[in-house]
Amino acid sequence: MAVVLETRNLMKHFGALAVANDVSLTVEQGARHALIGPNGAGKTTLVNLLTGALAPNAGHVILEGVDITGEPQHRRVARGLARTFQVNQLFPGMTPLESVALSVAQQRGATGHWWPRLARDGEAINEAAELLDRLRLLDCAHKPTKTLPYGRQRMLEIALALALHPRVLLLDEPAAGVPEDESVELYASLAELPQTVAVLLIEHDMDLVFRFARHITVLVAGSILVEGSPEEISADARVREVYLGEADHG
Amino acid sequence: MTADYKLRYAPEADRLKAAASWRPPEVAFWLLAVAAYFLLPRHLVLLSRVAVMGLFALSLDLILGYAGIISLGHAAFFGLGGYAAGILAQHGWGEPLSGLVVGGLVAALLGFATSFLVLRGSDLTRLMVTLGICLMLFEVANKIRWLTGGADGLQGISLWPILGIWSFDLYGRTAYGYSIIVLFLIFLLARRVIHSPYGLALRGIKENERRMHALGTPVVRRLVVAYTMAAGMAGLAGALLTQTTQFVSLDVLSFGKSAEVLLILVLGGSGTLYGGLIGSLALIVAQYLLSGISPEYWQFWIGIAFIALVFLARGGLMGLAQGALALLHARWHGRETPSRG
Repeated sequence: MAVVLETRNLMKHFGALAVANDVSLTVEQGARHALIGPNGAGKTTLVNLLTGALAPNAGHVILEGVDITGEPQHRRVARGLARTFQVNQLFPGMTPLESVALSVAQQRGATGHWWPRLARDGEAINEAAELLDRLRLLDCAHKPTKTLPYGRQRMLEIALALALHPRVLLLDEPAAGVPEDESVELYASLAELPQTVAVLLIEHDMDLVFRFARHITVLVAGSILVEGSPEEISADARVREVYLGEADHG
Repeated sequence: MTADYKLRYAPEADRLKAAASWRPPEVAFWLLAVAAYFLLPRHLVLLSRVAVMGLFALSLDLILGYAGIISLGHAAFFGLGGYAAGILAQHGWGEPLSGLVVGGLVAALLGFATSFLVLRGSDLTRLMVTLGICLMLFEVANKIRWLTGGADGLQGISLWPILGIWSFDLYGRTAYGYSIIVLFLIFLLARRVIHSPYGLALRGIKENERRMHALGTPVVRRLVVAYTMAAGMAGLAGALLTQTTQFVSLDVLSFGKSAEVLLILVLGGSGTLYGGLIGSLALIVAQYLLSGISPEYWQFWIGIAFIALVFLARGGLMGLAQGALALLHARWHGRETPSRG
């Protein structure tokens, strides 16, 4: 399998604290790859390093063979690297249709165009509505986002990223705060994602991780402890000790 | 566009189209603006000022109401446009339309140049930087008396008739017609921008800048364009003021002017396109009426009105009007529903 996203010896310090310590990670084409680790392991920091929200102290980020370490966030998105947020980052006063249409317009490179009328661009709106339909959000397409139930907002969070036609999708705890039955539904939608999209998932809920992921990387204190298939990870003694072990005690 | 109806989700697109289309109250507003020319011939000087300040507030709405950039120094562009048009006319080029364009362009240029300073940092930084730029410009205009007339203002501005036909008169007939046409054309442009993909991106930046970065939008570039556009529009408003009053003084660059336009916009309701126009009408007419009733203390009543409005009507006068329309709408449909038998 070809590698789409790769980090080489990535380092990030906050003062004396190493939040990413020599992280070399590869994400393969069409991957369903989970990144797990105890709180404070540096998972979200790694996402921020990948998207360009943070700059590393050393090391490289490579997307489809191109070194993008120095590139600004928006350039990386244009190359096909999209993310969602652990805490909703939506447009509260806009409707889901407007929000996704904005994302579609951005993907088409149209947000710099101030003469054409958005509402006349039937194709873009059609694409936005189709995506909302696919994620079962069409029935609330015209309601202000801030009035939607939390679970719906979490789905919209994903819809905004999917509208960008990503090659790699970084999902930062997509089910955070979602009730259990709804999170199962959310993961059912994620399972329908096309194989052309590689998914790198950060998730706390082990059941969801083992249901979704085909490859798992365990991050502890900024370093990769171990990686492998779900079977290998669940059988690994070190993982049980630092991560799964917590659940046994807790 | 019949092709659109082959698309599966045409109803969704239709809803957005309907939301962006002209509504009856909008049409009524502009018809009233035209009717005022015939119905209020003795108040056209006052109404010209309403149109000018409305255009000025519209320009602030573009950056504050849509893009979310707070400014306490928007008069910098208004004043610069005013002085540019005035100096041009004073030096023998009294052709109004080109003077107007020059005023807008000079202000847009200043907007573009200062946008890189302004767009850095948080709201508080922006307040201070915009205020600082405007104060500096005020003192520069105060200092270079040979060009601006300093504290005495710019004297001896004479303008040629518009298109060689309509000369400016004492009753403000030409001034009002000219102002309202310029206002309407710029309003059309602003309306178009707001309903474009770019306009949606501006709203996105205001609502959640962090997400816009994650969507891959070059946020700063979008804001630079908005700031430049708004500066140009403010410059047009300033030039319009100079041309319609044939005078310009330091007042156009003062902190008071920046504060006044902000008050007008908040009073009318920001982020609504019409808020600036309604606010301008309300404030200037209220000033006129109250200063007639109570020449010394009218500002007291204006102060009370502001406080009452902020507490009672979030979203300003436009918010109040929209609430009233929604209520009427509900009443109307309530009466139409046969469910009560």
